[in-house]
Amino acid sequence: MADLTEEQRKSYWRYNIKLTIILLVIWFVVTYLISGLWAGWLNQFSFLGFPLGYYMAAQGSLAIFVIEIAVYAYLMNKLDKEYGIVEGD
Amino acid sequence: MSLAKIFTYYTIGFIGVTILIGIAEQLFGLPPNWIGWIFMGLSLGIYIVIGIVTRTSNPDQYYVAGRGVPAVFNGMATGSDWMSAASFISMAGALSAQGFAGLAYVMGWTGGYLLLAVFLGPYLRQFGAYTIPDFLGARYGGNFARIIGVVAAIACSFTYLIAQVTGVGLIVSRFIGLDFNIGVFVGLIGVLFCSVLGGMKSVTWTQVAQYIILIVSYLVPVVYLSYQLFAIPIPELTYGRLLQTNNAKAIEITRDAREKETRALWAKEAEQANAKLKSGNVDEATAEKLKADAKIATQQATAPAASDDATIGRYLTVPTGVGMWNFLALTFCLMVGTAGLPHILTRYYTTPSVRQARTSVAWSLFFIFLLYFTAPAYAAFARFVIYARLVGTQMAELPRWVTLWQPAGLFDVIDKNGDGIVQWADFVVKSTDFVVLSMPEVAGLPFVITGLVMAGGLAAALSTADGLLLTIANAFSHDLYYNVIDPKASLAKRLMITKVLLVITALVAAWVSTFRVAIIVELVAWAFSLAGASFFPALVMGIWWRRANKAGACAGMIAGLAVTAYYMIGSRFYGISWFGTQTIASAVFGLPVGFLTIWIVSLLTEAPPKPVQDLVASVRYPKSGQAITSDPLGRGVPIGAS
Repeated sequence: MADLTEEQRKSYWRYNIKLTIILLVIWFVVTYLISGLWAGWLNQFSFLGFPLGYYMAAQGSLAIFVIEIAVYAYLMNKLDKEYGIVEGD
Repeated sequence: MSLAKIFTYYTIGFIGVTILIGIAEQLFGLPPNWIGWIFMGLSLGIYIVIGIVTRTSNPDQYYVAGRGVPAVFNGMATGSDWMSAASFISMAGALSAQGFAGLAYVMGWTGGYLLLAVFLGPYLRQFGAYTIPDFLGARYGGNFARIIGVVAAIACSFTYLIAQVTGVGLIVSRFIGLDFNIGVFVGLIGVLFCSVLGGMKSVTWTQVAQYIILIVSYLVPVVYLSYQLFAIPIPELTYGRLLQTNNAKAIEITRDAREKETRALWAKEAEQANAKLKSGNVDEATAEKLKADAKIATQQATAPAASDDATIGRYLTVPTGVGMWNFLALTFCLMVGTAGLPHILTRYYTTPSVRQARTSVAWSLFFIFLLYFTAPAYAAFARFVIYARLVGTQMAELPRWVTLWQPAGLFDVIDKNGDGIVQWADFVVKSTDFVVLSMPEVAGLPFVITGLVMAGGLAAALSTADGLLLTIANAFSHDLYYNVIDPKASLAKRLMITKVLLVITALVAAWVSTFRVAIIVELVAWAFSLAGASFFPALVMGIWWRRANKAGACAGMIAGLAVTAYYMIGSRFYGISWFGTQTIASAVFGLPVGFLTIWIVSLLTEAPPKPVQDLVASVRYPKSGQAITSDPLGRGVPIGAS
């Protein structure tokens, strides 16, 4: 840990927490609101022939989860590089 | 040769062999039974060879594959470790039967990976131990937390393991007609070879090989069917139109006079069976049979839409009220369970770095997504085939897939009103597994594809069994024996004990599964709630909250487990009901209790010692200080190195 100053550690962690919260909020809205509570209402719209609520629960939410994790990995790995805390792979 | 090349050749080789078998079937009329044997022999052979080639006695290799598994391959291995016999064989069928409500499984079993990615995976990798109880032991100082972890890990993993072994037996007996009990033991050979010879290293590479087989075999029938119907080989794009067609058909069937007649006959039968049951003068065996009859009759008497003037079939109806609460609660429990199952979490110990652990979670979910994204399409295609190609045909001219699969006992076609025509209500589903199993024949594909599906189902069951078996054996040998009972045990002795335990655990699981206890299937769903309520709070608080201490974590794990188990047993057997919640969603109560208990008890007791707080800090920053890396003895005490 000698590599990072106290300030660097704080800002690294703050960024991590901010990113985590944003991803979790999206996760919550997509799963429990769009694909859950609001799905019945959304079903009146249609997407690719699917009722929209059904589509979000069966496919849309899954695709969003994959993208969210990929974005998380990309941003955090980039952050590690900026702070110079990258292990040799 | 690079790994990517090896597995590319392997995939091409496997597809080539499948085509060769297909040609042999067409030209020489290779009997189905033989095809089944060839696929089973071939796939088990591959797994055994991988086991032999990757055998090892080095503890780092044996417990965590030398921490040398690149992100993509760890993603594939996690995919097949995760996707069990239930995902492969049963999920599509369950979706076809339950409609929207079943999507809780699809979302729950994928969304959990986000929790795993942001809360646990990379941090556990930075900590770098061998097992999950290792982390609990180091973070919460001492053996008490470790032992609770061991008990919880074994409780979740063992029930899950029995279900996989049962799955192996079913697949083998269904496809090649081997006796169930023999099938179980044949399948175990494939599992034991790699786990005993090379531990995590062999299991990892076998799981990669198994993932490739399972995903190819899952996609082929449904891609082909999509191409047949719509000339677009991407079922995920085309089944939306089928949902509309199916919905219209469901309403038509609800209004149809012949269907009404048939449903009325079933309703009457259900009534009679229930009346007989109530009269009381029947022995136990008859009562069981009557109950089963009444259940089927009631199922058949249910129309596919709620009423004559409904605009939407039950299939697409989004639940409301208590139904919605249960949908959300189940989704939540499956998510936290996913992020708390030890055999999945340990997979992230095997990547070379924290970076790769993060990327690896993304790959894992991507590979899992390929299957889960397709499962609802399977369900829609199956429904369409029954609605459009079965309903309305003459009893004398049933489609080929019906006559082929009817003897397997998964479904039956009964001409209830005796008009010689198949009604929707005449199609009696006994096990929705028929959806995946019969799809190749439904699409009119040759039997070789059915053999491929068998190999895929087998791969799904065996790969999950591999991971679970290793988790259980390591919990006993590494955590209980080495860390608690005899910390001076030599390396050779420890590995010996692990190997012996692997064999014993496998045999016990096989033996238990031969009893065919019906409740096992239910227990698997319970494992998610148990893992979610015990591991998830203790792991998350341990990583994210410096102040969480031993007393808090132990109390929290016990309280979470106790509340979950209390509600499970209470709601399943004694009629307890909190807000009408179903048994499988019990963690929705246990998890918050677990978190709260850790919080309150930790604050009421002393803060953890400085070295532990430093450990929490070091876990947050890659490359900082060091947790355990490659201690030749793999001792789980990393504290103070920073």
